[in-house]
Amino acid sequence: MSNRFVTVEGLSKVYPGKKNAPDTTIFEDVNVAINKGEFVCIIGHSGCGKSTILNVLAGLDDATSGTVIMDGQEVSGPSLDRGVVFQNYSLLPWLTTLQNVVFGVRARWPKWDKDKVQEHAKHYLSMVGLSAALNRKPSELSGGMRQRVSIARAFATQPKLLLLDEPFGALDALTRGNIQDELTKICAETEQTVFMITHDVDEAILLADRILLMTNGPHARIAEDIQIALPRPRDRAQIVEDDAYYTIRNYLVNFLVKRSGDPALKESQQKTPQIIDPLKLQSAKPKEVPAATAPSNVQPMTFSAKA
Amino acid sequence: MASLNIKAIILSLVMLTVMLGLWELTHQAPEADEALSEFELLMGGADQEARVPPPSTVASHAWSELSNPFYDAGPNDKGIGIQLAYSLYRVLTGYFLAALIAIPLGFVIGMSPLMYRALNPFIQVLRPISPLAWMPLALFIIKDSEQSAIFVIFICSIWPMLINTAFGVAGVRKDWVNVAKTHELSALRTAFTVILPAAAPTILTGMRISIGIAWLVIVAAEMLVGGTGIGYYVWNEWNNLDLSSVIFSILMIGVIGMLLDLALNACARFVSYNE
Repeated sequence: MSNRFVTVEGLSKVYPGKKNAPDTTIFEDVNVAINKGEFVCIIGHSGCGKSTILNVLAGLDDATSGTVIMDGQEVSGPSLDRGVVFQNYSLLPWLTTLQNVVFGVRARWPKWDKDKVQEHAKHYLSMVGLSAALNRKPSELSGGMRQRVSIARAFATQPKLLLLDEPFGALDALTRGNIQDELTKICAETEQTVFMITHDVDEAILLADRILLMTNGPHARIAEDIQIALPRPRDRAQIVEDDAYYTIRNYLVNFLVKRSGDPALKESQQKTPQIIDPLKLQSAKPKEVPAATAPSNVQPMTFSAKA
Repeated sequence: MASLNIKAIILSLVMLTVMLGLWELTHQAPEADEALSEFELLMGGADQEARVPPPSTVASHAWSELSNPFYDAGPNDKGIGIQLAYSLYRVLTGYFLAALIAIPLGFVIGMSPLMYRALNPFIQVLRPISPLAWMPLALFIIKDSEQSAIFVIFICSIWPMLINTAFGVAGVRKDWVNVAKTHELSALRTAFTVILPAAAPTILTGMRISIGIAWLVIVAAEMLVGGTGIGYYVWNEWNNLDLSSVIFSILMIGVIGMLLDLALNACARFVSYNE
């Protein structure tokens, strides 16, 4: 716990009901801890408030209760210390690729002279393989290239925490794979701390050190904290040959399909997410697994229709 | 695509020729049977009634006017260039004064829902007023016909710019505002580096509508205030029963209006972007 970097405590989001309707609690009792240099993914069904959690971390949204502490300071409002990559890229369409990254660099280091800013921006664009497209507008780029620009802009400001909101959701599978590789590479080089939302189980296993699983909303919470103990660097082609990969994958899919709507899980009094390593879980005998979390004990009746 | 353009040009020319030809043929002045008396010459030939001159007459008149556009032979006899320059001066002065107020105010209205609600009733009441209805009040308060004409242009061009600016600013995508926020930009820098470029195409559309309206209104305003300008010129030539000049000046009004619109269109293309 010595290198605890981000601490989220008792976060909840409640939308007040209109007139006599009751309030809607999207999520509650959300506790997250992220260590420096860690890559943490969060997975859950639509409506569980993942994006809201990310926006609270970014300072773009306010939680109803709870605190976010990063690097010993409470988060209030947006900051350059937390870079955000949005699903829809959020590039400024009237600026070229280079100008979009320069926009971020100038905001971060207003005192740098023009050459230094340009050089810095070009360096990060070359990291995502866009050196040849510096003077093109976002409208002239493919979706994958746009997202690369967005990632370059975020990395170029050297944030302490990088927040990714389903960054590859709108990309085709091949492009997604390429950018995932680049992201892994850059994260390894820069030891970037990352918090990422995804819907893609495979993506999460490939990228993450830990995966947080959320139950369904309303009253969603982070139920489990899955340790991904696969060795790095992970290769997309090789990882799928590994049995451990499928053990983890099956565990995650099982949670999302069968258990994320389980009332027993939601009403659990446990405030902090249960830390689980699916690889160790398998070697243990099923009866030793806590009842509330064991996949084998789940009643099929509690199926979530949302899956 | 090129062939389509060529076809369109040919078709335009055919239509123009047919129209002018019909006009020319149906508007010939009757031939005199005998030598005209001096009185008949003074009254415009053997014609018993005034008629619209044929295009050939208008064209030759236009040629003589355009070959010396800036002559000044006294208050009632100035070249077309001078008259148009007066009108353009009034339009551009009123227009830029309006832009100077409308765009910042539109920014405020677009960014602040409170200001939007507070100012909306005034805008809604003032906007539909015909600009010429302001003329008597303007003349009384300003006591100068020249400046009153500029005021009328100001008041008619302010609304489209104000409303479009407010609309464009309020409609800036939230993602882009979030980008500004996550980059810790100050309010002023956000306004200039994110909101202004994002709203610029909408603002330019408002400016384009405004210049069109201003050019429509100046003719009417100058007919009222008199003295100089293309509107005054049209009315003066009507009083002179010089229909060639009237038709010629109508064409000039059209041509200048088109040029103003083209200029604004070029500016709009400069700030436009594709998402």
